[in-house]
Formats: sequence, C-alpha cells, structure tokens
Amino acid sequence: MSGRTTPSQTVGPFFSIGFAWLERTDLTEGAGADKRVTIRGRVLDGDGQSVPDAVLEIWQADSDGRYGHPEDAAERMAADKFFGFGRVSVSDKGEFCFTTIKPGSVDGPDGAPQAPHLVVSVFMRGLLRRLITRIYFSGEPANQTDAVLAGVPAQRRHTLMARPNGADGETLVWDVHLQGDEETVFFEY
Amino acid sequence: MKPLRGFRRPTPGTQPEYLHPPYVSSRKRAPTQPLVPLPDTLSEITGPIFRKEIVAGNAFDLTRQGNGEPLGERIVVSGQVLDEDSRPVRGSLVEIWQANSAGRYLHKIDQHDAPLDPNFVGVGQTFTDGEGRYRFVTIRPGAYPWRNHPNAWRPQHIHFSLFGPAFATRLVTQMYFEGDPLLEFDPIFNSVPDTAARNSLISKFDWATTAPDIALGFRFDIILCGRNATPMEK
Repeated sequence: MSGRTTPSQTVGPFFSIGFAWLERTDLTEGAGADKRVTIRGRVLDGDGQSVPDAVLEIWQADSDGRYGHPEDAAERMAADKFFGFGRVSVSDKGEFCFTTIKPGSVDGPDGAPQAPHLVVSVFMRGLLRRLITRIYFSGEPANQTDAVLAGVPAQRRHTLMARPNGADGETLVWDVHLQGDEETVFFEY
Repeated sequence: MKPLRGFRRPTPGTQPEYLHPPYVSSRKRAPTQPLVPLPDTLSEITGPIFRKEIVAGNAFDLTRQGNGEPLGERIVVSGQVLDEDSRPVRGSLVEIWQANSAGRYLHKIDQHDAPLDPNFVGVGQTFTDGEGRYRFVTIRPGAYPWRNHPNAWRPQHIHFSLFGPAFATRLVTQMYFEGDPLLEFDPIFNSVPDTAARNSLISKFDWATTAPDIALGFRFDIILCGRNATPMEK
C-alpha cells in the first residue's frame, strides 16, 4: 500500500506559541574559528507592508560544504558537529536577523559544485504551503556557474543575493518580497 | 560513493495553491511569479536531525503543563508518520500547538473573547518511535471566530509541524475532527483541491487508543513525501 502526501495547511496567526521553543538565530555552534556573518532583512507583503508574523527556517552546510546529516558521505561529515539549522522569527516590524558562517560549496545536481548558499523555508499566516527560497552571496564568482541560479530568469537572480551593508562585510542584507516588482524568487519542490 | 536519491514532488491536487482567494490572507502573501523548479541537490535531501534530549520527557502531554488539570475534554491524539511508500519515518520531531477548550490561544494577539485556561499552554513536542508512531495527550480544542469573512469560524483543529529526514520532507499542517459542521465552510481546509487528500486531514475516532476512564482516542496518520525510485546523478 502506498499513500499520497498529507496536504499542507497554514501555520496560522498564532504559530509562535508552537515554534518559540526551537528559535535559533545563532547557527555558529560547532563552527570553530570560521568568520561570522550576520544576515538581516525584512519580510514585505504585496502592499509593501512589513509582515510581523513570519518565520524563516534555515538549513546550510559548514564552511567545507559538509552537511551534518547521514546523506552526506560519512567520511566528509564534520567531526565537530556543525548543526546548520536556524529558526528565525521576524519582529513586530517584520525584521529578522541571524548569525552564521558562509557555507562551503556543495555538490550540485550534475556533480558540479554549487555556489555557497543557504536553503530557506518561509512560513506565515496566509501561506497555505511554506515558501522555499535560497540565500546566495553577492559577488561570489561561483554564482556564474551555479546550476540552480542558471534556472532562474537572469533579471530576478538578484533577489536571491545577500549583499554587504556597509564596509565591514560582516553584515549582509537580504529581504523577502512576497509580491511586487522585487518579488523574491521562490522554488517549486 | 553511494548514489543520492531525491524526493518525489507532490501528487497534483494534494496540496493547496498558494493563492486561494477565499482565504483572504493569501491574496497579499502568495507569490505572483511562476515558481522556479528546483532540482534535487544535497541541500534538499539533507536536513536537521534533532537530538532527542531537546524535548522534555513530558512534552507529549499537554494536560500536565500547569499546576492543575486543564478544562475540557481530554483526548489522546496518535498516529503513524509514513512516507509515500508506507515506510515509517523514524525518530522524527513532531510539534503541535492549539487553542484551549474555549477556543482561545495563549498568544498576545488572540483577542477572542473566551477565557484563557491557567492550566493549558497548548504546545507539545515529541519524536516518532521506531515504527514512525507518535502520541500526544491533550484537550479537544474549541472552535473560534476569525475575521476572514462575516461570521467566519475555524473548525476545531490542532496544528502539526513535522521535519522528516530532509529539508524536502518538511510539512506543516492541521488536524481536524470527524463530523465538524464547520469544515465545509472553512476556506483553509477547503484550499486542498482533491477530496480524498482534504479528508485525510480529518482524524478518526479510535477505540484502540481510547484510554478507559481517561480519554477518547483520535487517530491521525501523516504521509511525508517519499524517495524517487531512480538515484540522481552525483
């Protein structure tokens, strides 16, 4: 016997009571001396209004491109477990902020290396299914050859790029536009 | 090197569209541009595997979080988490949250004029066992009004959040109750196009898990996406 996937339903307006216990905005545990990077941004709806009730879930590899998961080849798994999971709620003003490290390159669908990226789920009231997107790093040379980015219309790729804010290079900005001219690229999976 | 296998995409009709106009909040939040197909990569077929210690031993029992017993009808909610090939999803984190028996959430923006229960938080977690089974003890949640349309009421429901083995298998859903007269009017429940898929969100009364003298049992099985048959190129 086989079945079909259970339908998704919205997290609704009160999900924070269920999600708060696992809030995790510092992903650097087990990251050793790798350089820290802060990624901040806003979530905006179709009227350009801040969304005060969204949560992002982040999943990423360590700085060598290894995932803390058995699907990644055992000999490659980080000895000092870098976990790579974040759960980041927005503030009442629709702003979020988390601290992590830049992941290394992970193999892509064709065996070629992917550009460094974080995968992101977005949940909120009004979304009957999660949104799936990615955060890439602006100016990264490997972006030119990344297979996933190659599938994104060129004029929209910039919506996936975290950009330096100021001179220090340690704070990056990446906003989520649910709709509008700057609508973020969301993926179908 | 072992071949990597990706996950299947949902069967058409089993998942809601992002834009479902009767659900008013979807109108300004659903994407308007076409979604971009995402190939399987290691990034999607891996995902967080949580240590069991992060969940307190009594977190499955929502009736034991206060100094006394919460008000309302005590129920046991249990089921099995499987993939599309009926393989158990083992050792996987399950989170739930819900309103109390009066239909009120312990949340600062819930303004429904119904009482809070000092003995009910409405939040639980557990892990599935070696057969993919989970079990919660809780209180049957009340229905409550919302502002989607005139005289709108949400049917009784419990929110479920599941991770499964990978980023690809993440699922957040809601469990409903058999015979709830509000279901046919609820735009969230009715956002699922396929009737059988929609009805799979309705838990079933279950003698086998009904605890004598203690609580009625309700069964809610959950199916996460399964693996592709063909290994992907590595």
